[in-house]
This record gives sequence, structure tokens and C-alpha cells, in this order.
Amino acid sequence: MGELVAFLVLAALTLVPAVVVVTSRNLVRAAMALIPSLLGVTGLFVLLQAEFVAGIQVLIYAGAIAVLILFVIMLTEGGTGLAVRQVNTQRWPGLAAAAGFVAALVAVLVRTPWPAGSGTLPAGTTAAVGEAFLTEFVLAFEVSSLVLLVSLVGALVIARREP
Amino acid sequence: MRVGLEHYLVVSAVLFGLGLYGVLSRRNAVAILMGIELMLNAANVNLVALNRYVAPGAVAGHVFALVIITLAACEAAVGLALVLAAYRTLETIHVDEINVMKW
Repeated sequence: MGELVAFLVLAALTLVPAVVVVTSRNLVRAAMALIPSLLGVTGLFVLLQAEFVAGIQVLIYAGAIAVLILFVIMLTEGGTGLAVRQVNTQRWPGLAAAAGFVAALVAVLVRTPWPAGSGTLPAGTTAAVGEAFLTEFVLAFEVSSLVLLVSLVGALVIARREP
Repeated sequence: MRVGLEHYLVVSAVLFGLGLYGVLSRRNAVAILMGIELMLNAANVNLVALNRYVAPGAVAGHVFALVIITLAACEAAVGLALVLAAYRTLETIHVDEINVMKW
């Protein structure tokens, strides 16, 4: 019962600010609403016993990416964006496409008989995640570190003011 | 009533739909990037929920989710740098006004 209440609260905390993110005319408000939405997803991770992923989510998403988005909003024209139109001409077709996609997805998800897995998650998944990264998924680990380096250099080169 | 896999999958489907609507309807490139972040988060919820309910013996879903978070950080950095560069040369970040490569 307590799990269900926690799930419903966290789902509302995720989805209600997400609506503000995609509909608000004020860009700063949309970016600030992104933070509680990402923190709601963090709560869902904790509920799913993924403490390490939850911690990384807070650090990278709610911390770094949200601040980066706010910086770029401030650095570009218009500030909050209240003075200009924020939606393009395909707003209603886009809404219909997104709603239809969600309806189809939910219909498929609810009808699929999901296999119930055996076994339990290791208590404290941090050690297990670290071990998996350095044994079974070492290639993904190395490739993502290379991608991080390349995107660091790429972002610097692209954003640099031409001399 | 217990919380099952379907609950998480439905929440993540709705979150993905909201992100999709943001990507399709916004003019501002930064707002489009926010929609993409929502969609990536929906994928992460799916991965972690499937790990917990379908294959709880291993942590492969957590590993995939962490790799996606890393790549989302890369995507945000490069995407926002591109937005800044486009703003410098074209003086707009509204994607329906950036059409210099369109005939």
C-alpha cells in the first residue's frame, strides 16, 4: 500500500512538471519545471532499488544539464521568450501524433504478458554496477568515455568565438 | 494492489509522449532539447523497471541507463554549443527560421 502511494506521488511529480516543460510559454519556467520532473524520475529509480542510477541522475540531469539549459536560455535572444510565439504551425498535428503514439504504446504494453523474473537484485546495487562495468560491459564503458572526450572537444570547438 | 511493471511502463510511455509533443511543437531549439531530455528519461525508466521486474538477477539495465545518462550529457553539451553557434551566425534559435540550407 505504501509502495503504491509513493509510486503515485512520484508519477505525479514526474508528469505534471513535464506538462509544464512542453507547454509553458515562459522558457525559464519550462527549464525550471524540468528539475522537479527529473527528480520525480529519480524517486522512481529509488523505488526500483536503483540507488546508484538515482544518485547519478540527480548529479548529471538535475544538476548539470538543467543548469546548462538555463545558461543557454540566458545567452540567447529574448530571455524568457514571452514576447515571441513559442509553438510552430504543426502544434495540433504534433499533439495528435504524440497522443496516438502514447495510446498505441499503452495498449501494447498492457496486453503484453511480461515474464516474471526469478532472483532478486543484489542488496546495494552500487558494487554490482561497478563490477559489471569493469567486467562484462567494459567495452561500453571505454566507448562512452571516448564519446565524452570527443563531445567535450567538439562542444568547445563549436561554441568558441571565431578569432 | 501492488505496483507492477505495467505501472512504470505506462508512466514512461506518457513521459515519452510529452517529450515527443515538445519536440514536434516547439520553435525554440533549447525547448526542443528539453523535450529530448524527457524522452531519454522515459527510456531510462523503462530500462530500470524491466531490470527490476523481468531480470532481477543482474544489473544490466542499470548499466544501460548509466550509459544513456552519459550520452545524454554529451548530447546536451554538443547540442547547446550548436545552438549558441547558430545564434551567433544567424541571430535566431527558432528552428522554423533557420532555413539557409533549404531551397
